[in-house]
Amino acid sequence: MSYTEHELAKDLENQEYKFGFVSNIESDQIPKGLNEDVIRIISAKKEEPQWMLDFRLNAFRVWSEMTEPDWAHVHYQKPNFQDIVYYSAPKQTKKYESWDDVDPEMKETMKKLGISMEEQKRLTGVAVDFVMDSVSVATSFKSKLKELGIIFCSFSEAVQEYPELVQKYMGTVVPTSDNFYAALNSAVFTDGSFCYIPKGVRCPMELSTYFRINEGGTGQFERTLVVADEGSYVSYLEGCTAPMRDENQLHAAVVELVSLDNAEIKYSTVQNWYPGDKNGKGGIFNFVTKRGICETNAKISWTQVETGSAVTWKYPSCILKGDHSIGEFYSVAVTNNYQQADTGTKMIHLGRNTKSTIISKGISAGKSSNSYRGLVQIHKGAHNARNFSQCDSLLMTDECGAHTFPYIECKNSSAKIEHEATTSKIGEDQIFYCKQRGISEEKAIGLIVNGYCKEVLNQLPMEFAVEAQKLLTISLEGSVG
Amino acid sequence: MIKINNLHANIEGKEILKGLTLEVKPGEIHAIMGPNGAGKSTLASILAGREEYEVTEGSVDFDGLDLLEMDTEDRARAGLFLAFQYPVEIPGVSNINFLRTAMNEIREHKGMDPISAKEFMAMVKEKSALVELDPKLASRSVNEGFSGGEKKRNEIFQMAMLEPKLAILDETDSGLDIDALRIVANGVNTLKSDKNATIVITHYKRLLDYIIPDFVHVLYDGRIVKSGTKELAIELEEKGYDWIKAELV
Amino acid sequence: MEATLMTTNSTDFTKNWSPTALSFPKKLIEQATEFIETTHFPTTRDEHWKYTRLAKLSKQQFLQSKVAATAEFDSISNSNNRLVFVNGLFNAGLSNLTQSNGLTLTALSENSAVLNQTNVDVIDLFSAMNICFAKDGIHVHVAKNQTIETPIEIVFVQTGEQTAAVIHNQITIDEGAKASVILNFQSKNAKNTFTNVISNVSVGKNAHFTLYKMQTENETATFIGTENVTQERDSYFHIHTSTLNGLLVRNNLNIKVIGENADTHLNGMYLGHGSMHVDNHTVVDHTVANCESNELYKGVMADKSTGVFNGKVFVRKDAQKINAFQSNGNVLLSDDATINSKPELEIYADDVKCSHGSTTGQLDEEAVFYLRARGISEKAARQLMVSAFIGDVINKIDNTEVSDYLTSKLETMFGWDF
Repeated sequence: MSYTEHELAKDLENQEYKFGFVSNIESDQIPKGLNEDVIRIISAKKEEPQWMLDFRLNAFRVWSEMTEPDWAHVHYQKPNFQDIVYYSAPKQTKKYESWDDVDPEMKETMKKLGISMEEQKRLTGVAVDFVMDSVSVATSFKSKLKELGIIFCSFSEAVQEYPELVQKYMGTVVPTSDNFYAALNSAVFTDGSFCYIPKGVRCPMELSTYFRINEGGTGQFERTLVVADEGSYVSYLEGCTAPMRDENQLHAAVVELVSLDNAEIKYSTVQNWYPGDKNGKGGIFNFVTKRGICETNAKISWTQVETGSAVTWKYPSCILKGDHSIGEFYSVAVTNNYQQADTGTKMIHLGRNTKSTIISKGISAGKSSNSYRGLVQIHKGAHNARNFSQCDSLLMTDECGAHTFPYIECKNSSAKIEHEATTSKIGEDQIFYCKQRGISEEKAIGLIVNGYCKEVLNQLPMEFAVEAQKLLTISLEGSVG
Repeated sequence: MIKINNLHANIEGKEILKGLTLEVKPGEIHAIMGPNGAGKSTLASILAGREEYEVTEGSVDFDGLDLLEMDTEDRARAGLFLAFQYPVEIPGVSNINFLRTAMNEIREHKGMDPISAKEFMAMVKEKSALVELDPKLASRSVNEGFSGGEKKRNEIFQMAMLEPKLAILDETDSGLDIDALRIVANGVNTLKSDKNATIVITHYKRLLDYIIPDFVHVLYDGRIVKSGTKELAIELEEKGYDWIKAELV
Repeated sequence: MEATLMTTNSTDFTKNWSPTALSFPKKLIEQATEFIETTHFPTTRDEHWKYTRLAKLSKQQFLQSKVAATAEFDSISNSNNRLVFVNGLFNAGLSNLTQSNGLTLTALSENSAVLNQTNVDVIDLFSAMNICFAKDGIHVHVAKNQTIETPIEIVFVQTGEQTAAVIHNQITIDEGAKASVILNFQSKNAKNTFTNVISNVSVGKNAHFTLYKMQTENETATFIGTENVTQERDSYFHIHTSTLNGLLVRNNLNIKVIGENADTHLNGMYLGHGSMHVDNHTVVDHTVANCESNELYKGVMADKSTGVFNGKVFVRKDAQKINAFQSNGNVLLSDDATINSKPELEIYADDVKCSHGSTTGQLDEEAVFYLRARGISEKAARQLMVSAFIGDVINKIDNTEVSDYLTSKLETMFGWDF
């Protein structure tokens, strides 16, 4: 008998999580629970100025009044917010002067993550900010960026060093009251990345942050703020992993992008948080608010490859405020076993001649549920606005679900909106064709799925694209015995 | 090379092949002709390992291997190539990447190292010229947006790249204009050697004007009912398939 | 703060109405009554009413007629089988009933025992109202293997001011039967009317049924209607909804396919003008394998009108080999017009081919220019383009009486020529 798709599906279930290990870096935790005192402790530990503490306390009060949303097409046991540790930092919090100073065990951790820092430093010139649990660990290439006036540092450092920039932009794209998780993040975020590209500067290298949840029982609440000043350009990468743990862990991040006149931000994410085991036990709840605002002639492009997390709730969005501004969203979301993803985007067209493109590829396997949810909103003044959306779903088994929930709202007659969606099974004739040429079923599926996602993978910077392809293959192929 | 003995096969309970026997030796070109519904494409599908068909009786020996017990990809790796009647489109997968993956899987199977990029590209250049395939098509997605003729030439190009022992051309002439037909035939003829063999499945004699067969077989109602040399094809063209039917009654 | 957002109590809305005399199962009436007593009018926070505000409607009160008035009406077909309802009450004098073989066609009030086995559900406030207050409706039954050649036309005409018509229709097409029904909703000398309709349609094995829904009530009319359709195996069902006028029109179309090899077609056109609000919610629920559904809805929104399209296709677990296609096209003719389109797919089986597409835009200006360059006036060019756009949907109508009626209406109302 040949290897059937059914057997493949079985193998997928048994496939181990590649990044599953627990490293023993000592960490500095505060007790579980959330109240104003905890927020004061977090703020005090980070030696924050009063305005930052006020921002947090205000957010906490707003959050306390809110209820957790349940409109997404996902089902899960709501987290107990009093049972989470809101601050967990690796003990060695001193700043590293050079890479050599970094704790060898931490280096080992990074290696297991698949990020060989040394290699990256040597070969690619990627500047990396590494956020483990909640605190930024190392930022490389800082001096080189400094020469160009580019600020790339941890969020905490930005609060200390560049308070005027942080105060000017933080919360302007994602207001504290935007939604439940954004409010929570605003109250308790511990670290994240901050990036500022000055006027007219083209950032010469990819900026990159790796996020990792390490401690058991902790939540991760990072906050990222990227400001591209007039006429500047930056490409920003974000990678996520977490070790295997039985309990669900919460990740509630906020990412704000500000693309001023004629600026462009390219934001790419490869998300591989621990998805839980094949019975759906454990895994990360990934409740993330990502949004960018485009001023005149500006552009924001989101690219995401989502293969991890038990539950994903994420809609990287663009507010196309300025005339001629452009928003793009390219997404691949893979779900397997009991994973659930409800992801998509919002394109809010306010300015004239604004343009948006949405390409979403969902792949469902196992008993998973994969939903695209998107909003295209054309406001009255958005003359000649254009949107094109293509949402495709690929189903690998008869026990998974693939759903498409697009919302299209148009109040301008000169706008043009096109939305297309398809749902289909992976092509048996394609698999057969590959096999007839000598390619194994497993490789054939890898080829076909990668081909299916090509429009999105092409948007990623080269090193990331390779990593993403591997991840897709790992998520779907499993080891054939 | 291949010995098909008393092959019976069903699809969805309907018997299509009813005791087909055929032997092809190295260096030979065999043509299988027959009316629509005779079982020509079924034979190609079964030899390539399509799972919809159930073999109920008979055997196929391919160079000493029990072909029917092998997976599709193992048959391909052992040197069996099917030029599809309807080549499949695979969006997003470039022709080059596809072929390279196939070639390396076959090489790995044979215990060989992967082909070097340089060697591979040189081969692509040489073989695509053979079927006058625009080298640009090599970097496009597999068969996507190809014209009918381009798809068929792409099949022969792949055949040239993978160098099979036995090639089965399933209605390769269908939908081809005369120029494309000549190009495809020229490719097949150039690739012919005393070590490989070809089975040409066709409805019309036309292709056989360009690919001269050593033997012609008439497949009718799941069996080979008549065998001969290329003259048989000429006779069929003149008298039509009704002649065979009449003769059988 | 919440208190000020509270919506009108639903019992106020219906307080002048008298309970239904139709024989709905007692339990169902109790359930519906409780629903009305405990449920407020839906708001835009309710996902099903996200784009349709009912606040104004909820503050009004409408009156049900006690006796069937008489009224003029337009009819589409020359059918011998025509029933006329005025303000929701059956008017035998205006009706024209010829008994044909295998066809039972009566006012529901005359044969309401058929409701004993109704499978209607209380799914929302308006279905609850319908069950509690329905005055009448039709009962159509086509017996096994009977073909009714000419369409059965049911005219629902509203006349007078602040009138409410609460209508309940029961249509049963038995195994192997074939028929078509026209539901022709209109108003004559009417102002501020409210129509609440539920039509339950059951299409038996191998049966063939076409339903035409024509909506030409006037610009003060509020219409909330639901068709609940079940399709058994090998059946064919085609519904064609044409919404030409109204103040607020909400059409819910729920099709549940429960037998294999069924074929489903849903087509609709909606033409918004003035301050009209038209909302089409369709659901095709594929519960079994090997079926096909095709949906095409097109809207042209002018002036200050708003169009809503929400099309949902479900493919349930194990409902393999489903082909489901859905398409929604919209043209906005004015900057004050709005369109909200929500085409949704919810798929739980893998061997399926499902797609949906939604486009919103204005007329192709290049094409308008081309026509003008050939000497056609701009106005005529635009009308021609709109006709071409909406013509796709009209072409799906295979009854010429219906399509002729529709095109003549379009010509008189909008000057569109087909």
